[in-house]
Amino acid sequence: MRIVNHPILTFPKQDMVTFTLNGQTIEGVAGEPIAAALHAADVKVLRHSHGRHRPRGLFCAIGNCSSCLMTVDKIPNVRVCIEPLRAGMVVETQEGKGKIV
Amino acid sequence: MITTEILVIGAGPAGLMAAIHAAEAGAKVLLVERADRLGGQLIKQTHKFFGSKAEFAGERGMDIAEKLISQSSDISGITIWKNAVVLGIYPDGVVTVSHEGEFCTVRPKKIIIATGASEKTMAFPNNDLPGIYGAGAVQTLMNVHGVIPAKRILMIGAGNIGVIVAYQLLQAGVEVAGIVEAAPQVGGYRVHAAKLQRHGVPIYTSHSIQSAHGDSCLEGVTICQLDEQWQPIAGSEQYIAVDGLCLAVGLSPLTELLWQANCEMKFAAELGGYVPMRDANMKTTHEDIYVAGDVSGVEEASAAMVEGKLAGLYVASVLGHKKDSFTDEFQIAKSQLSALRSGPASVKICTGLSKVVLEEVG
Repeated sequence: MRIVNHPILTFPKQDMVTFTLNGQTIEGVAGEPIAAALHAADVKVLRHSHGRHRPRGLFCAIGNCSSCLMTVDKIPNVRVCIEPLRAGMVVETQEGKGKIV
Repeated sequence: MITTEILVIGAGPAGLMAAIHAAEAGAKVLLVERADRLGGQLIKQTHKFFGSKAEFAGERGMDIAEKLISQSSDISGITIWKNAVVLGIYPDGVVTVSHEGEFCTVRPKKIIIATGASEKTMAFPNNDLPGIYGAGAVQTLMNVHGVIPAKRILMIGAGNIGVIVAYQLLQAGVEVAGIVEAAPQVGGYRVHAAKLQRHGVPIYTSHSIQSAHGDSCLEGVTICQLDEQWQPIAGSEQYIAVDGLCLAVGLSPLTELLWQANCEMKFAAELGGYVPMRDANMKTTHEDIYVAGDVSGVEEASAAMVEGKLAGLYVASVLGHKKDSFTDEFQIAKSQLSALRSGPASVKICTGLSKVVLEEVG
């Protein structure tokens, strides 16, 4: 969900673009982190861990912790908390370490 | 190879102040920032700062960030690189940087490391479930990107960050189920805690989290009461249904570059973990490396800004750029820092600093 009314901040309406998550089309704001767009669409599971396949989500949101690694445009281990969203991106929930080729 | 007099690593409150004051004194500065914008974590601080006027008291963190960013862009002595990650500091003094994806080498005369800190997590069953965030992550989502992290959130930790972020959650329209604090009293500013209480947010002191629950995402949390020895009291467990859990349990300095450069490090729990040994002019045990802000010990942004100013002024002076007003400005900044660290809440910080500050100089 996005914040509409806030006592201090204003969030002007911005250009929306579409991208896909596991083949499903989602809308987000161009340039915001992919993770923000996913959260706005209520998607919180970003990957499954390498050993026990546990669901993992966003933790630090500033590129420190590597909890949010996803496969973006076939590139694995992208920190989606700091990767800007562009139209047409192909985002996939990452399984384990991801596949390089 | 790019040369510069001073390389400042990190453009948060400490790095921006260091760059501004060094450049104002006449030094040539390269300011590198890993993110795509300057300001560090100041940009998400929607609350008004405390301290004195010299540390921008009464202004919101995000407005302070804007001021410092525009100041740094207006000074011709500062070159700014965004999307620039420092990769390594080599024994011959060369620093490698990935700038906009390009590999670059930089040879600075002096380096000021102002890399900040990262959020700590906590050990409890299911602490990796999606829906469990660091408090700073929640601030970033809400205050920078305008996205609500969850519908109902429980906050762990009633220090300054815990109470401030809990209030910011209310402002964003999120329900705050409560604040859990292991200590018998609230550690954060009273004014923020009082605001929460007026909004009916329960503060569970002498409580801790026992376990998180959920299938693919967080669905609830079990908390329990602690006895005087901080041990769980059997039978005191209570379940709270939430889809978000926010951990405000402290920060650790981001010291990788300091370790790599062989600076002498020391563990000081009061400062968040391992920090570099340094003197009162912010110089580490490495002749050419200085520090400022949370990387040298986790404190408030106000203290980080003053440390940045000290480091910037001092390093510029070492390189021969000594303003006429140097002695005055330097002394004023030092007394600002002492004033910031004089309250009862700063006893812990001072204990930590007494372990890592090598000597009082000048």
